Amino acid sequence: MKKSKKLMCLALSAAFAVSALAGCGNSGKGSSSEPTYKIGAIGPVTGSAGAYGEAVKKGAQLAADEINANGGINGAKIEFKFEDDENDAEKAVNAYNTLKDWGMQMLMGTVTSAPCIAVESEAANDNMFLLTPSGTAVDCISGSNAFRVCFSDPAQGTKSAEYISENNIATKVACIYDSSDPYSSGIYQNFAAAAPDKGMEVVAAEAFTADSKTDFKVQLQKVKDSGAELVFLPIYYTEAALLLQQAKDINFSPIFFGCDGLDGLLDVENFDASLAEGVMLLTPFAADAEDEKTQQFVKAYSEKYNEAAPIQFAADAYDAIYTIKAAAEEAGTKADMSNSDLCDALVAAMPKITVEGVTGTITWAEDGEPDKEPKAVKIESGAYVAL
Amino acid sequence: MSFISHLINGISLGSVYAIIALGYTMVYGIAKMLNFAHGDVIMIGAYVVFTSMTGMGLNPILSILLSMVVCTVLGVVIERIAYKPLRNAASPLAVLITAIGISYLLQNVALLLFGAGAKTFTNVVTFPSISLAGGKLTITGVTIVTILACIVIMVGLSLFVGKTKPGRAMQAVSEDRGAAQLMGVNVNGTIALTFAIGSALAAIAGVLLCSAYPSLTPYTGAMPGIKAFVAAVFGGIGSIPGAMIGGILLGIIELLSKAYISSQVADAIVFAVLIVVLLIKPTGLFGKNIQEKV
Amino acid sequence: MTVMKNTIKNMKKSTKSNLITYGMVIVAYIIVQIFSTTGNLSSMMQGLLVPLCIYVIAAVSLNLVVGFSGELSLGHAGFMCIGAYVSAFFSSCVGDALPGPLRFLFAILIGAAVAGIFGILIGIPVLRLRGDYLAIVTLAFGEIIKNLMNVLYIGIDGSGLHIQASDGGALVLDAGGKVIVNGALGITGTPKDSTFTIGVIIILITLFIVQNLVNSRSGRAIMAIRDNRIAAESIGINITKYKLMAFSISAALAGVAGVLYSHNLATLTVKKFDYNTSIMILVFVVLGGIGNIRGSIIAAVILTALPELLRGLSDYRMLIYAIVLVAMMLFNWAPAAISWRERMKEKIAERRKHQTKEAA
Repeated sequence: MKKSKKLMCLALSAAFAVSALAGCGNSGKGSSSEPTYKIGAIGPVTGSAGAYGEAVKKGAQLAADEINANGGINGAKIEFKFEDDENDAEKAVNAYNTLKDWGMQMLMGTVTSAPCIAVESEAANDNMFLLTPSGTAVDCISGSNAFRVCFSDPAQGTKSAEYISENNIATKVACIYDSSDPYSSGIYQNFAAAAPDKGMEVVAAEAFTADSKTDFKVQLQKVKDSGAELVFLPIYYTEAALLLQQAKDINFSPIFFGCDGLDGLLDVENFDASLAEGVMLLTPFAADAEDEKTQQFVKAYSEKYNEAAPIQFAADAYDAIYTIKAAAEEAGTKADMSNSDLCDALVAAMPKITVEGVTGTITWAEDGEPDKEPKAVKIESGAYVAL
Repeated sequence: MSFISHLINGISLGSVYAIIALGYTMVYGIAKMLNFAHGDVIMIGAYVVFTSMTGMGLNPILSILLSMVVCTVLGVVIERIAYKPLRNAASPLAVLITAIGISYLLQNVALLLFGAGAKTFTNVVTFPSISLAGGKLTITGVTIVTILACIVIMVGLSLFVGKTKPGRAMQAVSEDRGAAQLMGVNVNGTIALTFAIGSALAAIAGVLLCSAYPSLTPYTGAMPGIKAFVAAVFGGIGSIPGAMIGGILLGIIELLSKAYISSQVADAIVFAVLIVVLLIKPTGLFGKNIQEKV
Repeated sequence: MTVMKNTIKNMKKSTKSNLITYGMVIVAYIIVQIFSTTGNLSSMMQGLLVPLCIYVIAAVSLNLVVGFSGELSLGHAGFMCIGAYVSAFFSSCVGDALPGPLRFLFAILIGAAVAGIFGILIGIPVLRLRGDYLAIVTLAFGEIIKNLMNVLYIGIDGSGLHIQASDGGALVLDAGGKVIVNGALGITGTPKDSTFTIGVIIILITLFIVQNLVNSRSGRAIMAIRDNRIAAESIGINITKYKLMAFSISAALAGVAGVLYSHNLATLTVKKFDYNTSIMILVFVVLGGIGNIRGSIIAAVILTALPELLRGLSDYRMLIYAIVLVAMMLFNWAPAAISWRERMKEKIAERRKHQTKEAA
C-alpha cells in the first residue's frame, strides 16, 4: 500500500513538472514589454461537441490575427488563448480559472449553453466582460457583464414560428428535437409555445437523446403518419445529416426547417448535398452570401485552415472578436487596464456600437441581447439561396 | 402495418448492436474481460475504411480487408501491451480500467488524426433494398447484409470454437486457464488469437455500423459499444447466440418503446426492461447458471 | 510524551492506518490554507478545491461497495445525481428564507437521505445479481435517472408546485412563478454554498463513517460475504441485510458528493451524471487500490487534477492523460511491475545498509 502511495506521489510530481515545463513554453511568447489585450476563450474541442468549439477557436483566432496585422485595438495587440471545457460546466469553470491565472482581461465564450451559465456566474463575481458567441440559453447572459452574438433560445423559437406563419409555409407542423440537449429542447419549447398563436398546429413532437441519436426512423415514421407538412428541426447538423438520409429511406419529404445549429450541414465531409435539397433554415450566417465581408471572411478562413467553408459557430466567434474591438475603441480603453475597469468600460460602450459583422448588422440592448436580422435561406442544388 | 415497419426498423438497429456484441462476447468468453475499448476499435476500423476509400480511392472490398488487418494488428498490440501484463493481477477490475484508458486513448488519437467534425461514411453495401406490401414496407440492403453477416459470423464462430483445434484450445482456456496450460495449450497464443478474431470482427462491425448510420466521429464507437455491452449481457455474456439474440431484442425494444410509449423516455424504458429481465433471469437469456461451490 | 508514544505503539494496526488517513487530509487542508492566505494559490487550484472534495467523497463511498462489499457498481453517478437535484431543488425553493449555512446543512441532509432511500429501493431487488450483471443493472439505473431528469419540468408559483413531464411549454405558471427544474437545462442559479472547508469536513465525516463501518462487526460481516458468500451464510450472516447496508450507505455518501457538486456551480445539468462519470469514479477506486481508502483519496486527487495540470499541452492534453492513466494502472497492478518494485526496494534498502555501515 505504501509503495503505491509513493508511486502516486511520483506520478503527481511528474505531472506537475510536465505542466510547469509546458507553462514555461507558453509564457516565453508573451514576455514582450508592451501591454496587450488578453482575450480568453472557452469551448469544447474534445468530446462529442468538439466540432463546434473547434470552429469557434478557429474563427476567433482568425479575427485576432487580422486585427493584430492591422495594428491591434487602440494600438495594442491582442493575445488570444483558448481552453477546452469538454462541454462540461465543471471543466469550463476550471478553464476559466486557468485563463484568469494567465491574466485574461476579457472572455469570449463559452460556446455551449450549460457551461456558459456556470462560467457567467464566476465572471459576474469577478466583473469580467463576457461575450458568448453561441450560448443560446436565456441565463447565459444573466449578469450585467455578459452579452451574446447569437440569438437566444426564445428568439430562435419564436422567430422561426413567426417566419413560417408570415410566409404561409405550413399550418400543420411537427418537431423532432434532442431532449437531452439544452439548446435543442430550449428552442423546441419556445417554438411549441409560439406556434398556436401563429395559427399553426403542432401535430407531433418527437424527441431523441444523446444516447440514441443515430436512429430516427421511428420518429420520422410517426411524424409522417401525423400528416405534418413541415418538420421543425432545432438540432445540430451532425444529427441532421443522418436524419435526412433516413427520411429519404422511408420516402418522407416534407419541408424541413431548422435554426442556426443546422448550418454546417453542407460542409459535413462527404455529405450527399441532394439530401438537403429544399431544407430551409433561419440562420444569421450564410457562407455563400454575396456581400464582400462574408466572402472575404470565407476566403481567409478556407486559406488559413484548409477547409471548405466556415460554419456559423466560426462566424459568430469572428464577429465576437470584432465586437470586442469595436466596443474597446468606442470606450477608448487601454491595454493595461484591469479586467474590472475594462468590463465597466465595455459594458457602457456595448449598447452604443453597431457592428457590421458576417452574421449581420448587430446592435445590442442593455440586457445583452443582440438585435440583428435573421436570414432565411433555402438549400438548392447544394448551395444556400436567400429567401 | 406501421407495427411491422417499426419492427423491421427495430431489427435493423438491433442487427448492428448484435454484430458489435458478438465481438464483445467472444473476447469475454475466452479472456474473461470486458473489453471496453471494443467500440473504439470499431471506430478506428471505420476511419480506415473511410480514409482508404475517399482519400486513397481504394475499392470497398480492399478497404474492408485493409481495415480488418489494421484492426487485427491494433487488437493484438493492445492486448500485448495493456492487457497481458495484468492477466494475473490481484483483481479482474484492473484490466477493465486499463481497457477504459485504452478507450480514451483511441478516441483522442482519432481526434488528433481526423478532427472532431463528422464525416459522412460512404455506404459500401450495394445490396438492393427489398420492398414489401406495395412499397409500404422497405427493408434496406444494409439491414439484410448485417443480419446475414451476423448469422454467418455466429455460425462460423460456433463452429470454430467447437470443431477446430485452436477453437477447442479457446474453450479449454475459458474453462480453466491453469489446467489448459498444464495440458500443453499455449494460453498466451490462444488469448492473442481471440483478440485478433475479435478485432477483425470489430472492423466488419465498423463498416456495417457506419453504412447503416453514416456519420463518423471519434466518438462513433462509444455509445454503440455500451449498447452492445448491454446487449451481450442481456443475451447472457459469453454466449455467442445470446449476443445476437440480445442485440436484436434490444433494438426492437428500443424502437417499439419509441413508437408506442414515448420517444422522450425511450432510453429509460429500454433499461427498465433490461433490469426486469435480469431480475427474472439473473444470468441473461442464454447465460449458463454456474452453481457456486463451497 | 512517553505515555502518548506508548499508546500509539499499542494501537491496533487498523486504527493507526485510519489515523494516518485523517492526518493526511488535515495536513493537506492546512497546507492549502497556508498557501491560500499567503496568496500563493492560483485561481485554477482554488477552483479545483471543491471538485477535489467531491470526487474524493464519491471515490471513498464507492470503495465501500467495490472494495469492501465486492460488488461492481457502474451507477454511482446516478446517486450523485439524485443528491444533487434534490438538494438544489430544495435550496432553490427555500431561497433566502433560511440563512445560508442552515440551508446548506438541510440540503446536505436531504440529499443524503433521498439518495440513501434510493440506494435501499434499488438495492433490494438488484443486489441478488452478481458481477457483470450487477454492473449492467446499476449502469441501467444511472441511465434511467438521467433520461427521466431530462424530461422533468417543475415550476413553482403562488398556488404551489407544478410538475410536468416531457414538455416544459405546458407548464402554466402564475405571474411571478418561476421554473426550477427546466428539463435538459436542469436547475440554474443554485446558491454557491459549497466551500473547501465544508468539503474537507464532509470528507472527514465520510472517512469516519466508512472506516468505522469497515472495522465494526457489520464491516467484518460485509467482508466475510465478499470473501466467501456461502461460508458467511452458513454461519448465520444475513447476506441481504449487510449488502444492503453497504450499498445504501455508499449511496447516501454519493448523494452528499452530489450536494456539494450542485452547490458549487451555477448550473446543474443531468448530462454530467452519465456512465462516464460512474466509470471515472470506479477508475479512482481501482487505481488507488481496491479496498484501500487512502489510495482512493490520492487517486481521486491525482486524476481530477491531472487534466487541468496538463492544459499547457493544449491539443495533446487528453491523449497524454489517457497514456498516463494506462501507465499508472500497469505500474500499480501488473504482477511484473509489483515484483520489480519489490526488487528495487530491497536493493535500495541494501545499499542504505551498506552506506550506514561504511559511515560507521
